[in-house]
Amino acid sequence: MRYSGFKVIKEALTGHRGWGPAWRDAAPRGSYDYVIIGGGGHGLATAYYLAKEFGQARIAVLEKGWIGGGNVGRNTTIIRSNYLLDGNEPFYEFSLKLWEGLEQDLNYNAMVSQRGILNLIHSDAQRDAFVRRGNAMMLNGADADLLTAEQIVARYPFLNVNDARFPIKGGLAQHRGGTVRHDAVAWGYARAADQRGVDIIQNCEVTGFRIEEGRCTGVETSRGFIGARKVGACVAGSSSRLMAKADMRLPIESHVLQAFVSEGLKPVLPGVITFGAGHFYCSQSDKGGLVFGGDIDGYNSYAQRGNLPVVEDVCEGGMAIFPMLGRARLLRMWGGIMDMSMDGSPIIDRTHIDGLYFNGGWCYGGFKATPASGFAYAHLLATDRPHPTATAYRFDRFAKGRMIDEKGMGNQPNLH
Amino acid sequence: MLINHPLLGPRDASEFIYKGDAALIHRPDPTAPDAQEVFIDYGYLRDNPAGAHRELWFHEQGDRSWLVVTRDTVTHEITEVELARDVARREGRSK
Repeated sequence: MRYSGFKVIKEALTGHRGWGPAWRDAAPRGSYDYVIIGGGGHGLATAYYLAKEFGQARIAVLEKGWIGGGNVGRNTTIIRSNYLLDGNEPFYEFSLKLWEGLEQDLNYNAMVSQRGILNLIHSDAQRDAFVRRGNAMMLNGADADLLTAEQIVARYPFLNVNDARFPIKGGLAQHRGGTVRHDAVAWGYARAADQRGVDIIQNCEVTGFRIEEGRCTGVETSRGFIGARKVGACVAGSSSRLMAKADMRLPIESHVLQAFVSEGLKPVLPGVITFGAGHFYCSQSDKGGLVFGGDIDGYNSYAQRGNLPVVEDVCEGGMAIFPMLGRARLLRMWGGIMDMSMDGSPIIDRTHIDGLYFNGGWCYGGFKATPASGFAYAHLLATDRPHPTATAYRFDRFAKGRMIDEKGMGNQPNLH
Repeated sequence: MLINHPLLGPRDASEFIYKGDAALIHRPDPTAPDAQEVFIDYGYLRDNPAGAHRELWFHEQGDRSWLVVTRDTVTHEITEVELARDVARREGRSK
């Protein structure tokens, strides 16, 4: 079924009896060409692009819980491509371009809203660094715009520009950045993949890999063995737990990242704003809630909930740049589990086991990467060669000294 | 989270800096023939279990001692706290 304005009107006039399920509740077959482990945004996007761009058939996505129940439904929904390093920026710009055409491509309203993202500048040194970043972005075909404090005040009059400690001296804007309705991304990819014949198998936990003579021939699951020519792991947050079943240790620690949403307000915040002197970012959802977050808690955790010191730190950051936040009541807070890699950048690569591939290590930047991650992973799975924008995301970059360390922090996951 | 410091009693976790897996106490021998491979593992690879995890915490806002904390990564429950010095000596790390 194709969604359209005409269809909405027709259904409204006929009692909404013509809507069907958005995807089939598939039962696992005995074998597939491709088995993707993990029905999150990245896994569903991978299956979709495998079917659409690479013409592959017999694809299954295995999900332990339900579609949209993991990190794709737990993030702060921001999309952007304002990275510095060559290993990253072309990939994220590719992702932003895919976001721009996503809704037409999927025939699904994902509420892609290019309302712009603004990184605030609080010192002269930071301005220099952001000019460099903006230039790197433009060299890779992205848009970047250096704003003065006056331009920022005109657009965001509520900002605390003359703060004694962290005055706002300008900002680096990416007007094509913005937000996307995160659940709709999962549902849209699931529906579009299903329409191309992908089996989306929920409540199917992978309990082990079947590896024969150095080759992965399938996965053991809670719903029986499923054979596969190629198996793609795509479970960021739980990557270490999954790959341990194939006796692999990863350059990854799992950390909890908290996010917050205020009560619903009238429109007050027209874009995404990030604090440059601490870690705080905020946007306003279409329902009206201010959605914000900050640093990870900083210790290994699989708990999907954090602790109060980070709540305090995030709220202090928010109050430093827009004190009006203090008048809004916090409605909800939650935590998601991140694969924090050793250099803060992801991995999309083959493993040393034939037929077993890996996608993970997204740190807290996975949502914006969803389309490109899926596309690049599908490219790798289908052709055994990395996508041109994802050639740097290799396992061996740590051994070879080719880390992609945006912040220059070193191999300490809780600092990225 | 409260960390029950062996010398100072219960202290808030925000006084501490987190370093990671306590296996980092066992720095490999830099003169061994396979030192390069072993150091790559030491520097970059982690077990990252869901469940009991022995990890290093540094009491930066306190007495600046290193602790080995045994904590459940699923519940955040802390079951054991020792001075890293004692652990290292017991495991033959320093004399």
